[in-house]
Amino acid sequence: PYPALTPLPSAPLQDIRNTVGNIPMEWYQDFPHIGYNLEGKKIYKPIRNKDELDMFLEKMENPDYWRTVQDKMTGADIKLTDEQVDLVHRLQKGQFGDVHFNPYEPAVDFFTHEVMIHPVTNRPADKRSFIPSLIEKEKVSKLVHAIKMGWIKPRKPKDDTPTYYDLWAHEDPNSILGRHKMHVPAPKMKLPGHEESYNPPPEYLLSEEEKLAWEQQEPAERKLNFVPQQYQCLRAVPAYSRFIHERFERCLDLYLCPRQRKMRVNVDPEDLIPKLPKPRDLQPFPTTQALVYCGHTSLVRCLSISPSGQWLVSGSDDCTVRFWEVCTARCMKTLPVGGVVKSVAWNPNPTICLVAICVEQSVLLVNPCLGDKLLYGATDQLLESYVAPEEERVQPVQWVTATMEEHSKGVRLVIQHSKAVKQVTWHGKGDYFASVVSDNSNMQVLIHQTSKRWSQNPFRKSKGLVQCVLFHPIRPYFFVATQRYVRVYNLLKQELTKKLMTNCKWVSSMAIHPGGDNIICGSYDSKLAWFDLDLSTRPYQLLRHHKKALRSVAFHKHYPLFASGSDDGTVIVCHGMVYNDLLQNPLLVPVKVLKGHVLTLDLGVLDVLFHPTQPWVFSSGADGTVRLYT
Amino acid sequence: AAVTRRLCILKGIYPHEPKHKKKVNKGSTAARTFYLLKDIKFLLHEPIVNKFREYKVFVRKLRKAYGKSEWSTVDRLKNNKPTYKLDHIVKERYPTFVDALRDLDDALSMCFLFSTFPRTGKCHVQTIQLCRRLAMEFLNYIIASRSLRKVFLSIKGIYYQAEVLGQPVTWITPYAFAHDHPTDVDYRVMATFTEFYTTLLGFVNFRLYHSLNLLYPPKIDGQADVELKPAEGKEYAMDSESYLEKLSALSASLARVVAPTHEDEVEMDEFPVEGETAEQMDARKKEQEALEKHKKLFEGLRFFLNREVPREPLAFIIRCFGGQVSWDKSLCIGATYDVSNPSITHQIVDRPRVEQQVVGRYYLQPQWVFDSVNAKLCLPVADYFPGVLLPPHLSPFVTEQEGDYVPPEKLKLLAMQRGENPGDGRLRDEESEEEDEEEEDDNDKEEEEEEEEDESEKEEEMKLKKMEEQKTQGNKALPVKVTAGKLRLEDRQRLEQEQQSEEKRLAIMMMKKREKYLYKKIMFGKKRKVREANKLAAKRKAHDTAVKEEKKKSKKARRA
Repeated sequence: PYPALTPLPSAPLQDIRNTVGNIPMEWYQDFPHIGYNLEGKKIYKPIRNKDELDMFLEKMENPDYWRTVQDKMTGADIKLTDEQVDLVHRLQKGQFGDVHFNPYEPAVDFFTHEVMIHPVTNRPADKRSFIPSLIEKEKVSKLVHAIKMGWIKPRKPKDDTPTYYDLWAHEDPNSILGRHKMHVPAPKMKLPGHEESYNPPPEYLLSEEEKLAWEQQEPAERKLNFVPQQYQCLRAVPAYSRFIHERFERCLDLYLCPRQRKMRVNVDPEDLIPKLPKPRDLQPFPTTQALVYCGHTSLVRCLSISPSGQWLVSGSDDCTVRFWEVCTARCMKTLPVGGVVKSVAWNPNPTICLVAICVEQSVLLVNPCLGDKLLYGATDQLLESYVAPEEERVQPVQWVTATMEEHSKGVRLVIQHSKAVKQVTWHGKGDYFASVVSDNSNMQVLIHQTSKRWSQNPFRKSKGLVQCVLFHPIRPYFFVATQRYVRVYNLLKQELTKKLMTNCKWVSSMAIHPGGDNIICGSYDSKLAWFDLDLSTRPYQLLRHHKKALRSVAFHKHYPLFASGSDDGTVIVCHGMVYNDLLQNPLLVPVKVLKGHVLTLDLGVLDVLFHPTQPWVFSSGADGTVRLYT
Repeated sequence: AAVTRRLCILKGIYPHEPKHKKKVNKGSTAARTFYLLKDIKFLLHEPIVNKFREYKVFVRKLRKAYGKSEWSTVDRLKNNKPTYKLDHIVKERYPTFVDALRDLDDALSMCFLFSTFPRTGKCHVQTIQLCRRLAMEFLNYIIASRSLRKVFLSIKGIYYQAEVLGQPVTWITPYAFAHDHPTDVDYRVMATFTEFYTTLLGFVNFRLYHSLNLLYPPKIDGQADVELKPAEGKEYAMDSESYLEKLSALSASLARVVAPTHEDEVEMDEFPVEGETAEQMDARKKEQEALEKHKKLFEGLRFFLNREVPREPLAFIIRCFGGQVSWDKSLCIGATYDVSNPSITHQIVDRPRVEQQVVGRYYLQPQWVFDSVNAKLCLPVADYFPGVLLPPHLSPFVTEQEGDYVPPEKLKLLAMQRGENPGDGRLRDEESEEEDEEEEDDNDKEEEEEEEEDESEKEEEMKLKKMEEQKTQGNKALPVKVTAGKLRLEDRQRLEQEQQSEEKRLAIMMMKKREKYLYKKIMFGKKRKVREANKLAAKRKAHDTAVKEEKKKSKKARRA
């Protein structure tokens, strides 16, 4: 029913048919002709010599320009007719090309639902339409089997219970199980402080430096996980970008963090301070600095006091020994000895006036010629009454009588050692004294007898670097302190009785209680160990009062006092009461911190010493002074 | 592992720190999480494990059916989709209702967060809707029971604290902005938590609603609306909209429609209970009175919210304290009165200035509502006018202990609560009424004591100065009895103090090593606290002086 297409307007008769056939026209692009005519001559393209301007002019002037198209086959311009333009329009709109075609004609119902009298075909029904279907049976049996096997489940009945109901209607106390008692509920999130406000008080805002510090900290170390900020009004507050993060972290904390009940120490710090007797009740003890003995030009290494308590002797690095009157602080005598004085010791026997002085490799026995003339005269006589034994004995040291010149200064005897001597100490009776040589051999400790001018080496073997030695005040015991241990020897039985562990790194000094049952050891690691010899070989108490190394320790002869001097420039006086009752432990109470010495060359107090009768303490320091505290 | 994680989250199982880490960890001290064996066994007995398995199988079958394009199978499977319930787990974890309330903080915060999520991606739409519904139901309960106590605008969000059946419940809601979802967050973990929390919150809501004799799935009651307020609410309920839409409309414009119906019932319910308790204790009665007063803070006030202020939190807070609130009709459904209504007493605005001001109402910034709630009294409005530099917003959750830094604004506030003028509040003695509550009272006393000490010291100083003056004068003219005794007395005191401090120092020397360590730690902590407080105080002082100087300069500039 399509109407015949209107024939294209036939080209003018003289028009040359294109003879090239159905080929891509580009092939002729570069030629002036398109194909050939019957005579075999080139058919030339129409001349196109229009430039842009001509084109434009034509576009402007030619009213049919819009309907002019170029025929590619011939290269000629063709003006479209009205019908052709109409066709193009229709096609562009998606309509049928034919104007007369009606796409909406009424539908003719060829195969109606109405049953007609006559069948379309007269074929009898199949047998299979009367018998049960095998395929269906197979399907059904499959389903039945699946249901039987439980592969297919019948549709579940709808759950009628409401989603929410009163869950806690019957609160059963039995339902609280052990689980719940053991359960550690998660701690609630920290409530926000002022700094989290959108408009906090100005002091909570971070300054520039604080902000920088905040940025440089690790996120886990930050005290606040945000930077406090101030906004002028609520409108200006932006969303918090880490909100979801924080919720998520909370979730992680809830299910991944181990929980533990922690007992918080809720102690009043005042309760931790031990209850000690008040120092006021433990008087007397030295409290204030009373006198300063000036005169030495270098550090004063050692001190000693006469048994009467009237005279004080001090040895210094300026190669002198000075004798002082205690009460007036007057220097009675200056004895140049020509070497650094390491140790001085006044003979504890009140009837003998003799001082032992360590100078380099020798020990000088000096009669200071102070006090009672009878006394020091008697001492001289005692020394002169010595008669040399017939047979010469081999001695580890040399006893030399002082020359006249030395004698006039007071030096009576010189005991020359092979090595430098660092300490000298008298026995309580005043006849024996011991000297310590800085050596590594077994010759470190020597015991000398003044009256017989005789020396002996008590040890066969060296047990380490000996720091100091000490005689027991009453019993025949001898204490030798090496770096870490204090050994106690019985001089009569000639055996080791005890070995005390000091728990210190390096013992510096040692002192013994006049009762003889307790000793204290000062160490360079700023500890002071108190030993109860009856109790144990380990310290009864380890006192860490000083901040720096202890240089010396001392006991008072009568009062329950002991003192320790340290490099931090202080002398700490402690009350150290020892009871006769063996069951009662000694009572140690620090009573006074005495300051006064100036730190020089990182050294403070070098020696401390108690007055034999009064509760006074002397200290000598690196600043070249000796001070008396009363 | 995923199932285990889910189980741990749902059942609330957490790891334990072993006593001997090396022993447990085969000698290594590397960080590992340890669970108790009995906890794991406990998880194994959980019936929900089977449900999880069933679900896994279901998903597998479904995928297979889809792959084979067996649509009937898909239908059948979908009909039989296995479901599980967490009721028994909730009951097991919280055997009593109070236990559940104690653990409500995280659940609420999470639900509020999820209800602000967009409806696409990240998690199921149903979850978001459920969270929104539950959160709104909870807010409605808080309004009905008037149990909100504290609110706080932080830079993270808005904190609320309510007292539900004696338990403090705190939650935070984010500011209403779109989230930029972080990529380093595992939403599955959050979704599992939310799953549990929604169940918990649903049951809690049910119970709470019933404790106030309210219908649980909250219904918009047309009759009550007619009785109380024949306004927008009624119109809304009469609209021929489907039930679901109505419900969602309720959740969107919560406060307007539901709460008024409930209020009457609430008060009927609560009064006898309170009467009984009040008889028992006198002190408690006072507290109750203060509480009642606090609850009726905004009673009789009519608010209007401008469109630039966050509507939901403000409407919630105002309604919680008995105020009436409305907003622009185009902003949200449920608006009851117009801007032009002359009965409006307060209009909340958040713009630098208001062009057309209506006489007879205060134009205030939203912070006023929050600060008033926290202060438990309607604060003077002058500081909160639009365009005015607001006073700092303080956290109501901070209770300063002795020695802590207290910002001056807080001091002023405390003075105001005591009923004093803010101006001379600091120099009063403590003879004022003691109707304030709990810690705050203590705080006040301490402060006052401190003040007293200061004063006494000052007095002494003054005396001394006077004496000195007298001395100098006396030398010239008058034969004055110079009271040098007092001077010496102080000296003696000082000596005694010195002695005591020395005694203490000596005693500290005698401490045992361990105790000394502990003591030093405690003292260090104390000192740090003091240092921080001093730092804050110094900062404040510097700031104040800077502000003063600026003022002076500006004054001078104005004069010149």
